[in-house]
Amino acid sequence: MSENFGVIFSSILDGLTTTIWATLGGIALTIVLAFAAGLGMLSRWLAVRWLARIYVEVFRGTSEVVQLFWIFFVLPLLVGFRLVPLFAGILVLGLNHGAYGGEIVRGAVQSVPKAQHEGAIACNFSPAQRMFRVILPQAVVEMMPPFGPDIMVIYGVELAFYLVLAILITIVMRALESAGAKRIGRMPPPRTKFLAKTQGGGV
Amino acid sequence: MISFDDVDKSWGPNHVLKKLNFHVKPAEKVSIIGPSGSGKTTILRILMTLENPDEGIVTVDGDELWNVERGRRIRRETTQMKLTRRKIGMVFQQFNLFPHLSAIQNVMEAPIQVLGMSKNEAHERAKGLLDTVGLGEHLDHKPPKLSGGQQQRVAIARAMAMRPKVMLFDEVTSALDPELVGDVLDVIRDLATSTDMTMLLVTHEMRFAEEISDRVVMFDGGVAVEQGPPQKIFQDPDNERTRRFLKAVLEH
Repeated sequence: MSENFGVIFSSILDGLTTTIWATLGGIALTIVLAFAAGLGMLSRWLAVRWLARIYVEVFRGTSEVVQLFWIFFVLPLLVGFRLVPLFAGILVLGLNHGAYGGEIVRGAVQSVPKAQHEGAIACNFSPAQRMFRVILPQAVVEMMPPFGPDIMVIYGVELAFYLVLAILITIVMRALESAGAKRIGRMPPPRTKFLAKTQGGGV
Repeated sequence: MISFDDVDKSWGPNHVLKKLNFHVKPAEKVSIIGPSGSGKTTILRILMTLENPDEGIVTVDGDELWNVERGRRIRRETTQMKLTRRKIGMVFQQFNLFPHLSAIQNVMEAPIQVLGMSKNEAHERAKGLLDTVGLGEHLDHKPPKLSGGQQQRVAIARAMAMRPKVMLFDEVTSALDPELVGDVLDVIRDLATSTDMTMLLVTHEMRFAEEISDRVVMFDGGVAVEQGPPQKIFQDPDNERTRRFLKAVLEH
């Protein structure tokens, strides 16, 4: 029993590095794609809006497992080479959650009052400056509550020690949320119990 | 400095500006009065490029606000429009400060981002402006920590930081507690007397308008029904509508 335990433990440890890389890579790609898709859906150009919309609908509308299957097994038949499993995993996590995140980003950006856009125009900011200097810093605060659980799902799909990390992320996200809320001078959400449910995201 | 020629604007069935012809000379201080929904604010919003006119030509300092391309006026932001817009500053009824930035950052942001000013220089200018509006003590406070009157004075400093040739004030005291109105009006009075900026004020503060304006324009139903020097408009208006409006707002 005791020697078995050692084997089990070491094989879990072996997988752990892969898992951590996949998770970190997945989160990084998720954030990049979420912002790209979210801002794309709000673009002035019809083609960009459509492209972003198609991406979001396709990857939100199909299951993660099916996407993984396609990327790992079908794609090689089409293009002739197979992705390293780790990269396939990161890619699917990123693509899938990036699509959900795109809606979060879009919603948060749209929730910033019109008065802020107008104030920024009156300051003579260019469209890009308005977005990155005025709108996004306020929108990011709105994104925190829905993004928290979404990032947790990535871990959830992947990790054996889901629970521990989930708690950790919950705590970190709560802290970020209230810090963010304070930054724009809003009352932080009321303190709840340690393990209480996070606020549901409108995904 | 500013000219509106045959400018038309409708919101669905609501015709807010009817073939408006309106001209402002450089350094002139003009107050626009009139009942709600008479198109006063729309004039300022068109100048700030927050609204498009349906028809007509708007120029500021000789430059047209909207470009003409292939015989059609185009509404999107072009270099020429941005340069024209840079001559204009605006203060809003609801302040529209950026809540994630401190008072001084609100004032510094545009000079740094738009004019490419160095941080130190922008900081100096912002500090000077906030001192003149009486907020030298509150440089690092975020807008939600300031009172409405203080926020509005930061907003005035923010608009001034771009050194505009034309300043637009859109009912800047309407959202304030009565006791805070005075400080804000003092700041505007200082600007009116100490600078040669062209100023356009939409206001319900009749005494203030009478005191600082070179000219008062009475608006109703999308047209300027009467205009003239403030003494004339407030003491002895010719137009029946003006007389009724002033009677209603001054008698209470």
